[in-house]
Amino acid sequence: MTLSLDNIGLVHPNGQRALQRVSLALRSGERVAVIGPSGAGKTSLLRVIASSLRPSEGRVDTLSVNPWQLSAHALRQLRSRIGFIHQAPPIPPRLRVVTAVLAGRLGHWPTWKALLSLAYPGDIAGAREALQRLDLADRLFDRCDQLSGGQLQRVGIARVLYQQPELLLADEPVSALDPSLADAAVGELVAHGNAHGATLVASLHAVDLALKWFPRIVGMRSGEVSFDLPATQVTRAMLHQLYATEGSVLPTQGNDPGALPTHRAEGRSTAKIVPLSRPGCR
Amino acid sequence: MSSTVASRLDRDPQARARATGLLIAAVVLWPMLVLAEFRPAALFEAGNLQVMKGFLSSFMPPSTSIEFLGLLLQATLQTLAIATAGIALSFLIAVPLALAVTHSLSVSRIGPGRGRWRGEGVRVVVRMLLALLRAIPEVVWALVFVRALGLGPGAGVLALAITYGGMLGKVYAEILESGDTRPARALLEAGSGRLAALFYGLVPGAAQELASYTVYRWECAVRASVVMGFVGAGGLGQLMDQSMKMLNGGEASTILLMFLVLVMLADLLSAALRRLLA
Repeated sequence: MTLSLDNIGLVHPNGQRALQRVSLALRSGERVAVIGPSGAGKTSLLRVIASSLRPSEGRVDTLSVNPWQLSAHALRQLRSRIGFIHQAPPIPPRLRVVTAVLAGRLGHWPTWKALLSLAYPGDIAGAREALQRLDLADRLFDRCDQLSGGQLQRVGIARVLYQQPELLLADEPVSALDPSLADAAVGELVAHGNAHGATLVASLHAVDLALKWFPRIVGMRSGEVSFDLPATQVTRAMLHQLYATEGSVLPTQGNDPGALPTHRAEGRSTAKIVPLSRPGCR
Repeated sequence: MSSTVASRLDRDPQARARATGLLIAAVVLWPMLVLAEFRPAALFEAGNLQVMKGFLSSFMPPSTSIEFLGLLLQATLQTLAIATAGIALSFLIAVPLALAVTHSLSVSRIGPGRGRWRGEGVRVVVRMLLALLRAIPEVVWALVFVRALGLGPGAGVLALAITYGGMLGKVYAEILESGDTRPARALLEAGSGRLAALFYGLVPGAAQELASYTVYRWECAVRASVVMGFVGAGGLGQLMDQSMKMLNGGEASTILLMFLVLVMLADLLSAALRRLLA
């Protein structure tokens, strides 16, 4: 098991309960999508997995160790093996794109190398390669405040791809991208997971995207896991129940009801990994 | 019944706290003004105006003798040297201390994890150290160092380094804390070290503020070196002390004009740095 959560509960310092009785086990290299209405605890769950939030109850093992029993040094090393794609990319606007991407390896680089890289970028080719996969290589030396929201989100993804984590966590990684870019970007994450044997857990707002790319779906509601099933077994009724508080329309990428399950087994098998950098894309 | 519930829900729950704060501020401020004998009208009483006029007219015209201007130039260079060396040293003191007290660079707060209380303890101790450094005015340190090192600019440099190290450290930490701290936190959560998180996560957003505060402190150091000059720590202050003792108002006003030039110079420097970092 690369990841196991055993009866996790989380209460924020302000007394608000974010998670309760969450149990989850993931094999190495597995791909899981977490879906559910806003406020369901998806972000909290990912942050607990990332060892950025300590659960108030229960036990967590990330990459086969309990992060909260490690020494400071070992915890830092563990964290450098975990990549987290934030919904709002945590990148200072004045940073250049190349620096923002290279920051992905700060957990692996010694401090002198990190500081030297501010004077002259330490691995321009590596940063370019990561950006290339998200079709942003031409913005390498631009400042991040010159990018659009969607481009910045892709820089955030490129940073984590450059980090090459063993456990890749993504919190609504494509919320600012249009449907075709979003699809391609999730495809890159999946391709990266396959290429490096990395485990991928992503929370996604768009149900169709989750069903297309992820063999296993975890539905969350009010801080609890309401189902944890192979994507082929997720039914329309289950989705409607999950999103009952958000009205009768299910959140999707393309607003294409056909992409949702009724006879969805063949919809998934056609999913291919589409490279983002295809001709005529920009 | 339901309408009273609704009207309670529609009220701003923080309004009472705000009103209380305002009231406390007024209640505290009034006795302060009384204690400080704040009576601006006294400035404009006939007798007082006459005295001030007499004092100020002794400053006219500014002295322009070549011999004095030579002394002035030398003293100005010395003052600039004291201020610059003092700020450079205080920067070296301030940076590690600011790094230690900045909450958003604390790894143990994430989670929170192990060693959290030890981390909090270190921050409290360093914060106290910063307070100690800046609590004693630089002129007092200058008096001490003039005794130890003898008359001259060296005492001024050391005095500035200590007091300003405390001030810079405190304000640096506050500037770093007041910006967007999520980038640094995200880096720490991905295993980055504190120094790397500082330079990749916090400094890019705070560089302008940090630079302009540092230049402003340099400007303050120029002024402070004057006060320290009065106790024998060299520079324009020592020159001013001599002019005042000889009741030479013209020389004093030339020195004051030089201050004006230096302050404007600091302004230009600050604006240029901000443009560079924008």
